[in-house]
Amino acid sequence: MADRNPVDLGTGRDDVQLRFRSDEQAGIAAVTVDSFLDQPDAEAVRIEPGDNALDLLPHLSRLRLVEVNFPAFTDGRGYSSARTLREHGYTGELRAVGDVLVDQLRFMRRCGFDAFAPDAPINEADAAAALERFDHVYQPAADEAVPIWTLRHG
Amino acid sequence: MYQYDQYDQAMVDARVEEFRDQCRRRLEGTLTEDQFKPLRLQNGLYLQLHAYMLRVAIPYGTLSGKQMHALADIADKYDRGYGHFTTRQNIQYNWIKLEDCGDILADLAKVEMHAIQTSGNCIRNISSDQYAGAAADELVDPRPYAELLRQWSSFHPEFAHLPRKFKICVIASEKDRAAMRLHDIGINIVKNAEGTLGVAFYVGGGMGRTPMIAPLIREFVPLDQMVTYSEACLRVYNRHGRRDNKYKARIKILVHEMGAEEYTRQVEEEFAHLLEQDIEPPIAELDRIRSYFQPPEFATGLAEKADRSDPDFALWIDRNCSPHKVPGYVSAAISLKPVGGIPGDASAQQMHLMAELAKDYSFDECRVTHAQNIILPHVEVGRLYELWEKLDEAGLGTANLDQVGDIIACPGLDYCSLANARSIPVSQKISERFAANGKGELLGELKLKISGCINACGHHHAGHIGILGVDRKGVENYQLLLGGSEAEDVSLAKITGPGFNEDGIVDAVETVADLYLERREDGERFLDTYRRLGMDTFKEALYG
Repeated sequence: MADRNPVDLGTGRDDVQLRFRSDEQAGIAAVTVDSFLDQPDAEAVRIEPGDNALDLLPHLSRLRLVEVNFPAFTDGRGYSSARTLREHGYTGELRAVGDVLVDQLRFMRRCGFDAFAPDAPINEADAAAALERFDHVYQPAADEAVPIWTLRHG
Repeated sequence: MYQYDQYDQAMVDARVEEFRDQCRRRLEGTLTEDQFKPLRLQNGLYLQLHAYMLRVAIPYGTLSGKQMHALADIADKYDRGYGHFTTRQNIQYNWIKLEDCGDILADLAKVEMHAIQTSGNCIRNISSDQYAGAAADELVDPRPYAELLRQWSSFHPEFAHLPRKFKICVIASEKDRAAMRLHDIGINIVKNAEGTLGVAFYVGGGMGRTPMIAPLIREFVPLDQMVTYSEACLRVYNRHGRRDNKYKARIKILVHEMGAEEYTRQVEEEFAHLLEQDIEPPIAELDRIRSYFQPPEFATGLAEKADRSDPDFALWIDRNCSPHKVPGYVSAAISLKPVGGIPGDASAQQMHLMAELAKDYSFDECRVTHAQNIILPHVEVGRLYELWEKLDEAGLGTANLDQVGDIIACPGLDYCSLANARSIPVSQKISERFAANGKGELLGELKLKISGCINACGHHHAGHIGILGVDRKGVENYQLLLGGSEAEDVSLAKITGPGFNEDGIVDAVETVADLYLERREDGERFLDTYRRLGMDTFKEALYG
């Protein structure tokens, strides 16, 4: 228990360690969902686990960065938030921040996350292995992976 | 039965490698125990009172003989020569070493098995009717739908960190032999007025601390939208299910607090959205899966009646055999509840024998039931006697299906780190008492279920007679419940009053059984008599 959440080792809370986008990283600060909804010119928002991503849908066109905070990696609400945004057409950077761990990366990628700012740095060799280990998926999500049931039937 | 293709095999093989790697990082110390725990749980690995416990998935309870042999081999090679069949139609091993787990999973993968999502806050093993494909009363075989949902829910990226565990059950008959409405999602395959097959969704049932019967939220979902509707149900739960209190985190609490109507409204909205996302598998996939569940080549012109001259055998037929859809066949139950035994336990030797018998008598197939017994689904009536003799010789011929001795019991304080009281000794004493006094023979159907704590793994809420073990000032104490049912006449049992000590609870069960024997009317089961007379009459007998 004592070794939970090791002290910050140098990657600041918002430093992006892994990014899967070719565009320039948006150098803008994310605000809370409430602030974002109040500020018509805001372009970046941070979703907390209790926020409902559906509230953002009318404003997707002005969004350039969405951070989804994982205060604890076991709280999976952010996965639904991410997929919801992607399904409704958000194409900007979707960044997982907080308690983001190597063993959750693959599912996060599948739900549409394309940038990761973990509290503690992730071992990049482990990350690469985790992302490559499974050749297939059983079900569609927010990524390009073709489900096994589609492969079976062409 | 279903067989893996190269894709299914690649998925379980990759999982074995992933788990080996996670174990390596845990042993090296780069994964903390807190970080490792959800990972090992999603591979069925619990840390119990005395050792690690490994729970292996048996999808919808269906096993081949070869798979049963493999389970026996694991019991011998890595455990103490036995395994425990569970109320989710799985098997668990109680004395596992962490360092063996990778090898065990690799052994399982060789016979198309795994431990994926048998624990943790994710979608668990899909359960079903143990008589699927055999039952005389089923509409269709429910297992192809369960298999499709197994695939959809395996490694589902959005639902691996749900508020709490999530259990789905699929049946396809009006009779409910799988406790369908006590699941997070209960699916009943039905026909609509036009005769088209579809799916009725019941959502928000469960046992545990706060038992609830799932309300029907959609009468008919077309077959080619079943996965999409399931996804909508899960997403609304993942979004709104409570995370502040693990005891209020199951979907039943959400549906209850939000109201079934509002929950349904949100599901329907999400469903409409998801239909546009095109996430449903092609209907050809369901056809492909169905092709694995074609009926075996049943013989025709078989004898439909057995020679009942041996009274012990006749009793076993009456109690343990169920009607089959094909004349000349029955489904035969192998009771894992010998008098004084540990409910659901089987030795490696017994498992090997059951595997052989499945091969010789039942088209190489057997089933695990939620009541912790084994079924041979397709047995020729004319061969029942030789089958029964072989079972009886191995201590597997007990004639007590759904009788007072056929007790569901959780592992309790003998194994479980959550338990408050022991379940196994109580079940042993009850089955011994009713065998010794002969009353067990008179009682007929009486489902008795024992949990060693309020988490209700022993289904006490659904027992005609339920027993709940609690800790009362450091002493094990047992509450008595009456009137539950997990079947189509589903109801939740109610507590009679003050609890009893270990011997007292055995006496109390006998007291209510005596009252039933005295007051029953023609054809009434214990449950029927209880419902007619009401709780007060039973209380009076118990507490005076």
